[in-house]
Amino acid sequence: MRKLTSFHGGLKLNGHKKMSLQEPIITADIPDELIQPLHQHIGEAASPIVEVGEHVKTGQIIAHAEGFVSAPVHAASSGTVTAIEHRSIAHPSSIKDTCIVIQTDGKDEWTETTPHAEDYKRMDPSGLRNLIRDSGIVGLGGAGFPTFIKLNPGPKKSIDTLILNGAECEPYITCDAAIMKERPREIIDGLLIMRHALQAKVCLIGIEDNKPEAIKAMQEALTLQEKTIVEVITIPTVYPAGSEKQLIKTLTGIELGANQLPVHNGIVVHNVGTAAAVGHAILQGKPLISRIVTVTGLPIDKPCNYDVRIGTPMLSLLRQAELQSHKMERLIMGGPMMGFEVTELKSPVIKTTNCLLALTEEELPTQTQAMPCIRCGECTRVCPANLLPQQLYWHARAKDFDKLQKYNLFDCIECGCCTYVCPSHIPLVHYYRFAKTEIDAQERDRKKSDIARQRHEFNQFRAERKKQDDEERRRKKKELLKKSQQTDEKQDAIAAALARSNAKKAAAQKVNTDNKEANE
Amino acid sequence: MSSLHTSPHTLFTNSVTRVMLLVVAAMVPAMVAYIHFFGWGILINATICLFTAFSCEAAMLRLRKRPLLPFLTDGSALVTALLIAFALPPILPWWIPVLATAFAIIIAKHLYGGLGYNPFNPAMAGYAVLLIAFPKQMTAWLPAQSDQAYSMSFSDNLGYNLFNELPADTSYDLLTQATPLDIVEVQTGLGKSIEEIENSFVQLSGYFGTGWDWISLMFLLGGLFLIYKRVITWHIPVAMLTTLAVLSGIAYLFNDQIHPDPLFHLLGGATMIGAFFIATDPVTASTTPRGRIVYGIGIGIITFVIRTWGNYPDGVAFGVLLMNIAVPTIDHYTQPRVFGHDLED
Repeated sequence: MRKLTSFHGGLKLNGHKKMSLQEPIITADIPDELIQPLHQHIGEAASPIVEVGEHVKTGQIIAHAEGFVSAPVHAASSGTVTAIEHRSIAHPSSIKDTCIVIQTDGKDEWTETTPHAEDYKRMDPSGLRNLIRDSGIVGLGGAGFPTFIKLNPGPKKSIDTLILNGAECEPYITCDAAIMKERPREIIDGLLIMRHALQAKVCLIGIEDNKPEAIKAMQEALTLQEKTIVEVITIPTVYPAGSEKQLIKTLTGIELGANQLPVHNGIVVHNVGTAAAVGHAILQGKPLISRIVTVTGLPIDKPCNYDVRIGTPMLSLLRQAELQSHKMERLIMGGPMMGFEVTELKSPVIKTTNCLLALTEEELPTQTQAMPCIRCGECTRVCPANLLPQQLYWHARAKDFDKLQKYNLFDCIECGCCTYVCPSHIPLVHYYRFAKTEIDAQERDRKKSDIARQRHEFNQFRAERKKQDDEERRRKKKELLKKSQQTDEKQDAIAAALARSNAKKAAAQKVNTDNKEANE
Repeated sequence: MSSLHTSPHTLFTNSVTRVMLLVVAAMVPAMVAYIHFFGWGILINATICLFTAFSCEAAMLRLRKRPLLPFLTDGSALVTALLIAFALPPILPWWIPVLATAFAIIIAKHLYGGLGYNPFNPAMAGYAVLLIAFPKQMTAWLPAQSDQAYSMSFSDNLGYNLFNELPADTSYDLLTQATPLDIVEVQTGLGKSIEEIENSFVQLSGYFGTGWDWISLMFLLGGLFLIYKRVITWHIPVAMLTTLAVLSGIAYLFNDQIHPDPLFHLLGGATMIGAFFIATDPVTASTTPRGRIVYGIGIGIITFVIRTWGNYPDGVAFGVLLMNIAVPTIDHYTQPRVFGHDLED
């Protein structure tokens, strides 16, 4: 047995996971209209390469990756591009963004694909990464970081451990559990491809012990030979065990430094769903056009995991899951602890939509006034980053940004544990988020003013230089003038000397003549 | 704040009221033991304290233009009132509890900003005023009922506390007796040995005064319940009790004729209520885990020093108040190591 390390704090939460795991994964209907945002990942938005009116096939690239940190977008089904315009998207600040809208034709005709079956083992890692990049795969656990970048250890680093994150610690979400339970082979295929791309030595799959079926399925799917390099590890169910740094600590005992990436320690972590998508992309040549989404909550009559085309409007998915909309008070994308509220139900499912959670009024707090902090320290006790949330709150309220940074605000992972336990019902995480954006904005302003200051200083420098130059010039002029005056003096002196000698001569002559006269 | 709801989207699992009511619940066994040994006086005092506490709280909230309902129901005034009631002798004129409670709520709590902002434990600040102003009344206790020459009924007790009337054939001096800690303080000061004191006073037969041991054990029980319910953490009580036990143990080994044994310290006076109910007041205690240990050790040391060499028989109240002053400094120097910071390698 592997020795596991625990991390500070965390919570034991009611999982609410059974609800959506009763039935196997359901393939969601392809909607009449797909709305595919250009920006579904961390990094630059993709840029469209199709035009309105153009016919597209399933899996065809419709938007190119723009820059290094970016991911392309593929048509999730065949049809006609009807618009490239701003549409409501699911986003923490409920904004609109550019989307490619496809009127589906119902045929779901695939574009040509190039499966690689087993020959990927002969490909070099960079070629493999390019294929994965072109498949539009990003982290499906929720962060949405382009996967191919995390499959590149860099020229001088070697990867010891490739970790697959199957912890899925947020309540209600079961998309990873479902995929592990029903499609373990796909995950393992993807894992082996990732291992090849990284040239990693060992692979660990961490799964919380509240998912016994997933653990069993994953273990049974491994062949004897694979078991020598891949280990399925059961970890205790403690929220947020699935947070990257906490998971690494649990599995390996390594505590990443505050500014370190896993790769600095020879570790790379990917989500199990991402691994399955990589498997699809390489073995079948199919890009990322669908994902598993948990649709759950009391107002949902058919809570289940759905295999959904990217771009499907949330409303049509919720309808298929038989949402009783009068019971729903709030719709969350993600889990209850870290997810965000979706206000526009027409927003599409995107690559990072792991869960749609409908909550009833009874499951949400009534709007009550927050009480003052009584310094009970319960937040300190549960903080997985071992911060002092009550001190952060104090300084965030005072907008004392220096103190906030001294108390390591930016190490907060916004897991929500502190808010969950706060007896005074203070929205702590909200304060931290707000303070973080304020500090970022200040930093930007500071940079801007730095540039302005530099420009001003340069102008001043230039003015000063001009003044000095002018002075120098004036001084030189003066010197020249002086020099010319000095030459006058010389001439005067010469003239005076001449005059003196003339006078002498004249005097001498006079003496001579006088003498002459006297002699005569 | 934005109109959009932000995570976590969950029901609250805890509340200030719940925390305070659990503290009150944890005091019930001690309250029962107290009534059993010293009669109804504590209930009379508690009622007076509660009435004063809520009146002052309401008045101050009104003056400070704060909403009444959430703060009157938060339970904090309730806890303060009960802590003061526990600290007071059972027979006492009514205006003394009123004075202590009013000082606690008005000055120690609200003038510093109310719930969450007061640097000093309100109950202890109120009690300290009495200790300084009325030292004699504060240590004149009833003997345990089994040792009483005259058994005070509820109406007897009420009569004295409200109208200063005592039953015929009794007097205040006849009824009351110094507390065990006070007896040790005074008698050792007069040069008597612990053995002599024990032999000459009924309530010191055995380790300590009859009744006090049981009340202390009930506070210990309530304290363990609070730790189990995650209302308090183990740090402060363990640090304070260990410090007191170690110091008094050393003193006892050094000279057992002038220093009482550690059990006398642990189960006597305000040690247990102090360790589990007063020093653990979240608002005024240290908040970091290591800081709480320092804070508890500090209270243990001050308590022992005052009991042994000071002019007051007990030192818990002053220990708490003095360490309250040190809390910001303690918190500053005992911040926990943040994940990923100051790694050794």
